[in-house]
Amino acid sequence: MSGARTDAQARGHADAYEPVFVGEGRTRLDAVLAKYPTKAAALLPALWIVQEKHGWISPTGMAEVAEALGLTAAYVKGVVTFYTMYHQHPVGRHFVQVCTTTPCNVCGAERVGEAFLKATGAKRYGETSPDGGWTVVEVECLGACGFATPVMIDDDFIESVTPESVPALVAKYR
Amino acid sequence: MSDLVKLTIEGHEVEVPAGTSVLEAAKLVGVLVPHYCYHPGLPVAGSCRMCLVDIEKSPKPQPSCATPVAPGMVVKVHSDQAEAARRAVLEFLLINHPLDCPICDKAGECSLQDYTEQEGRASGRYADYAKRYNPVEDFGPDILYVPNRCVLCTRCVRFMEDVAGEPTLNVEERGDRAHIGVFEGRQLDHPWSGNVVDLCPVGSLLSKDFLHKARVWDFDRTSSICPGCTQGCNVVLETRENTVVRIKPRPNPAVNRWWMCDHGRLSYAWLNRSDRIEAPLVLREGRLAPAGWDQALARAAEVVRSAQGSWVALVAPGASCEALEAAARLLKAHGGSGAFRVAEGAEAPLPGVPDLALRKERAPNVNGALTAGFSRDWAGAVDAAKRAALVLALDEDLSGVPQPLTSGKLIYIGTVLPEAARTAAVVLPSANMAEEEGTFENLRGLRQRYAQAKTPPGMARPAAWILGAILEAAGSPAGATA
Amino acid sequence: MGFPHPIHPKENPVLSRHFGEADARTYAGWVQRGGYRALEKALGMTREQVIEEVKASGLRGRGGAGFPAGVKWGFMPKQKTRPHYLCCNADESEPGTFKDREIMRWTPHALIEGCAIAAYAIQAEQVYIYIRGEFTEPLRVMQAALDEAYAKGVVGANAMGKGVRIDLTIHRGAGAYICGEETALMNSIEGKRGNPRIRPPFPAAVGVFGCPTTINNVETLSSVPHVIEKGGAWYKGLSLSNPKSTGTKLFSICGTIARPGNYEVTMGFPLKDLLYDVAGGMRPGHKLKAVIPGGSSVPILTAAEADETLLDYEGCVAKGTMLGSGGMIVLDDATDMVYQVMRLAKFYAHESCAQCTQCREGTAWTVKILQRLLNGEGRKEDLDLLLDLAEQMTGRTICVLSDSCAAPVVSAIKKFPDEFAAYLRRGRTAAAT
Repeated sequence: MSGARTDAQARGHADAYEPVFVGEGRTRLDAVLAKYPTKAAALLPALWIVQEKHGWISPTGMAEVAEALGLTAAYVKGVVTFYTMYHQHPVGRHFVQVCTTTPCNVCGAERVGEAFLKATGAKRYGETSPDGGWTVVEVECLGACGFATPVMIDDDFIESVTPESVPALVAKYR
Repeated sequence: MSDLVKLTIEGHEVEVPAGTSVLEAAKLVGVLVPHYCYHPGLPVAGSCRMCLVDIEKSPKPQPSCATPVAPGMVVKVHSDQAEAARRAVLEFLLINHPLDCPICDKAGECSLQDYTEQEGRASGRYADYAKRYNPVEDFGPDILYVPNRCVLCTRCVRFMEDVAGEPTLNVEERGDRAHIGVFEGRQLDHPWSGNVVDLCPVGSLLSKDFLHKARVWDFDRTSSICPGCTQGCNVVLETRENTVVRIKPRPNPAVNRWWMCDHGRLSYAWLNRSDRIEAPLVLREGRLAPAGWDQALARAAEVVRSAQGSWVALVAPGASCEALEAAARLLKAHGGSGAFRVAEGAEAPLPGVPDLALRKERAPNVNGALTAGFSRDWAGAVDAAKRAALVLALDEDLSGVPQPLTSGKLIYIGTVLPEAARTAAVVLPSANMAEEEGTFENLRGLRQRYAQAKTPPGMARPAAWILGAILEAAGSPAGATA
Repeated sequence: MGFPHPIHPKENPVLSRHFGEADARTYAGWVQRGGYRALEKALGMTREQVIEEVKASGLRGRGGAGFPAGVKWGFMPKQKTRPHYLCCNADESEPGTFKDREIMRWTPHALIEGCAIAAYAIQAEQVYIYIRGEFTEPLRVMQAALDEAYAKGVVGANAMGKGVRIDLTIHRGAGAYICGEETALMNSIEGKRGNPRIRPPFPAAVGVFGCPTTINNVETLSSVPHVIEKGGAWYKGLSLSNPKSTGTKLFSICGTIARPGNYEVTMGFPLKDLLYDVAGGMRPGHKLKAVIPGGSSVPILTAAEADETLLDYEGCVAKGTMLGSGGMIVLDDATDMVYQVMRLAKFYAHESCAQCTQCREGTAWTVKILQRLLNGEGRKEDLDLLLDLAEQMTGRTICVLSDSCAAPVVSAIKKFPDEFAAYLRRGRTAAAT
């Protein structure tokens, strides 16, 4: 089970913001920078590094990335808000993405999504469950249409999920 | 390489350098293609799709701002298909754009109004859903953003990134959720940021200074030169009921292109001051008393003729070239000398334009003063004034100058009466730069004319006229020129 | 391979023979299966010879546009004055399409080899493989394979010891369908919002970082080693119907089909046979209602039209649709066409980058009209309105996302009028009471 968030990450920056591009984070960024002729091209990879560490990308995180790459914070925010996989708010310890676009939709994807809401206790899509454990969202085509319904739980890509298989899946991650 | 390309636009033949866009070529034959995102001072975006035209041999309409001319091209701006395409863009914009015209500052100079009237539908077919509602945002010292009205042309974003060199504005989110943003905690306070309000084709970016102040169709517009610094940006003074209400830049490729800085843009209140000297004043029994022009000029001539000793002039680099030259002639005839001082502030270049900046010296005619023969040695002149027989002050507020200014006689020409001039022999009320015609010489030696935008108060006259009249009345050899 | 099903006898498994074989993902396993011979051969040819071979093969872009790959490579400058770049488009986000994911997670070295040959041909020393952010397994598998390829000296500063530098970098996307559009992909690599660019200039002149660039799809690049090894003439010979459509194609069959999966057949294969023979036909008790053969952006085919369609570029055009990505969405008689068209429009409205007025506003407006229809509040003018909006959303924008929203709307209204009429009747009834 990969990519789940710690409690601290799920809560947001309860303590002061811990810089990302120091030590190992800085080394990783430098390795990325070496692969592109411009600093700005390291932006998407840099944002992934921040999200890996903090579980989401806060305005402080955006400002840190901006400074590291010589960009303005406004520019970085414009990019963050364009791409749906970057979280602009803390999410639950587990982040569930359920594809409901047409090829999965005709195979019952919406019922899979509803099953996740029920099994996790999250009241609606995008809203973290009261115990802080789960955020479930509907997403667009995940590129596994022949394995309907594909679901991502954190970094795990799970194929062929049915409403019936949801409770056991959720239990496994709990 | 500048090969010429011949093409036909709406039946008119036109020849333009290769690389010209169809939209620019059309301007040359008087065909104005509607557009939002295109601006000659910004990189081409081609995204608003308002400039769609039909080009023979292309089945689909093409964006004229992003299409280079080709030899023999035949362009139809008003074909059925092109008009239908542009009509559709207008309808799409109006499904979310609120009908705010009655409360929107942009009314009367709004591209959405203008194009809809020219080419749009009489009524939209989007009738039954709530329009999106986002509250107005305060972007910074002078700028408000009304997201509901925004047409996402991104002129403002491209201006800040490419011309101002500071990407303070962004587009956030995607699709119909997209809007312009500034980063939280940051402000749009770049010294040239006011240009985004000019650039905004609709009433989405607004100037707080201008908010709900006036309707643009009430304005008179006069070509002028910004008096804020030595750059000499070309501007338009917009006046209503003899008051300057707004200053906007006027395009000049050699000086300021399409832009002006916020300092110049927002410093016009002084042009409307009401505490003006409205009549000539003559010192009688220790007090200044109003007099007619003839009387006052006669008195001034008397002072000039009777002054035995040195002459000193204290002039302001905000006076016109004509006034400064006349003052210099007056001085020269009597072997006098003069100087000026100039307020300074931080320089603020506009990186995207060569040689354009808010200049350190905050006066429009420093070079005019130098050309006319005045020196920068203000301290020396103030010192010499103490012992001078005659001091001529032109447009100077004399603030901070130790009193008494002189043991001799003072002739004061200005717009407002300072304390130091209360014992002047003669006070002659002058017009400010909005109230006269004249020229300024900018920092590159370019002499530019400004025209009269409003009438001066009371009996005030242009300083150049006043000085010419003194010259004449005093019988000086060189007469005033026009 | 009809992975996860066994290879069907009617398939021609050129790319997919080893899908499902875990060992195929390793360098050793891949070499055992004949891997990297083509790269060795290509590096012994001149670059022009490589391009000519690909041109001769008739290989066309498998991402959806169908542009001849060799011709695209030929657009790159012959005189190299600035760095050249190859971008591999692994952003696979077209609804119905899931073939590139399989290629990457089962045969990563095939893609690496294809990229390397292409890079060599176009004088590119740097390849960016743009993989969509959600593809966590392909990202992992591809990176592991790349690390191996570097370790073995197959790619890197001295590819196969032939004195040629070929560097590959994986660039992870972050959730945007539009980044599969080649110019938006380049902007995304540059660290910008994924906005498509206006053309001209074209990528071969001004691409990523302002330098000449070629962008190719995963399936296209994975086909290249086969073309080089067995020759362009061999590839050109794989054609059942139209000589302009050659080679094999992976069809991602999904939706209400008995055996969903990727099936590889020779170009020109009858759609009917693919659906009923190879993929098992409809689920018991159901009949076919509609097929969208090329990913959701192409016009919908009725069952009758699908019966007569040959699966190649020209065959689909002849039936008023397009081969596109080959993502075949099968819709049976239980499908609510109006609801699914609304769901597709919702997809496009979500993914619009927001540059062009027609797309930004039109996709969202289309969704609202369709939702109103589904809620029983449709008006009779709404169908004409939808068609009119679709016309103004087609051929008038920087990229074709706008057109892609219009295509299913128009074809559904024209071909399934009864379903729309039924919703309209509900509306009139509601209004009457």
